[in-house]
Amino acid sequence: MSNTDLKVKVWRGSQEGEFVEYLVPRNPNQTVLDVVTYIQRKLDPTLSYRFACRVGMCGSCAMTVDGVARWTCRTHVSQILQGDSLEIAPLNNLPVIKDLATDMREFFNKWKGAVGFFKGNQTRHDDFAKVEPHSVERQLANAGIECIGCGVCYASCEVVESRPNYLGPAALNRAWTLTNDVRDIQQLERMYAVAGDAGCHACHTQGSCTERCPKAIEPTASIAGLKKLVAKAAVRGSKWGKL
Amino acid sequence: MSTGVLQAKLWYAQRISAMVLGLCVAIHLLIIFYAIRGGLSAQEILGRTQGNVLLAIFYEVFILACFVHAPIGVANILQETFPKSSLARPLSFILALLILVLGTTAVIGVFTGGQI
Repeated sequence: MSNTDLKVKVWRGSQEGEFVEYLVPRNPNQTVLDVVTYIQRKLDPTLSYRFACRVGMCGSCAMTVDGVARWTCRTHVSQILQGDSLEIAPLNNLPVIKDLATDMREFFNKWKGAVGFFKGNQTRHDDFAKVEPHSVERQLANAGIECIGCGVCYASCEVVESRPNYLGPAALNRAWTLTNDVRDIQQLERMYAVAGDAGCHACHTQGSCTERCPKAIEPTASIAGLKKLVAKAAVRGSKWGKL
Repeated sequence: MSTGVLQAKLWYAQRISAMVLGLCVAIHLLIIFYAIRGGLSAQEILGRTQGNVLLAIFYEVFILACFVHAPIGVANILQETFPKSSLARPLSFILALLILVLGTTAVIGVFTGGQI
């Protein structure tokens, strides 16, 4: 082994499995995804992992690196390396399919569960909706709109760990951006979906999602917005009606 | 009412009662300074607090805020710590009852000086 080799422990198996150590040459500007790709191409072609764009747009390469969920394509080894070893595992809070690939179905089903999808009442024959860029709603939606669905927040959330039916930060953040979309017509349904302990009111405001979001989104703030909006709608009513 | 909406209402009640509690605790600290001046025996303290309607009303408000606030929080903690048990609801109901009954008894006790 040369002095510049990295000792990389990688999770092999599914829910049950073990860490296997590989030696990977250290390169300048090397990302964690480069490390995993090197192992798969040069050392062990049976290693399974997921990636697509390699430039931080698609949200498919998130893994747990040294105990912290990160997007691996934009995480340079030099940013996080302590000593000469790395530990790479699949994301927490999701079932492992094989090695570093997790089953994301529940994660995305919860987006649906939070009514995290747009529905309008205009057609292509109508004029464009005019949304003032500086309006409060547009600004609030902007703050959370850049989510790439990588699952880092979901894997970092301790409430997801203790309440498996909790919708999680990504789904609730999406619900919040849609709550501020003046064209959307599902506001009451969405508030019903995100109310209570399976939704926004279970959040502990611990802020791990905000701390770790690679896109610097603040799901904690989005969830706080939902909490206030939905609780007021339940007690006093909202501009869309009472829950 | 759906469970989610009920939980949202409870969350709201807990926040409002927390605001009341914040004020009550601050006033309570001031009352302590007043009540302990010139002797710490029960008789001396009762001498300054007994029969005061305002004090009785204030502490009953304090108890009502605790009665709303604490059981909701305890129920949440129990639900998250022991997700498979169904203890959260009955235990928090018992706690709510204890806070209301024992607290109100104490307020009446101080107000009347234990004469009833």
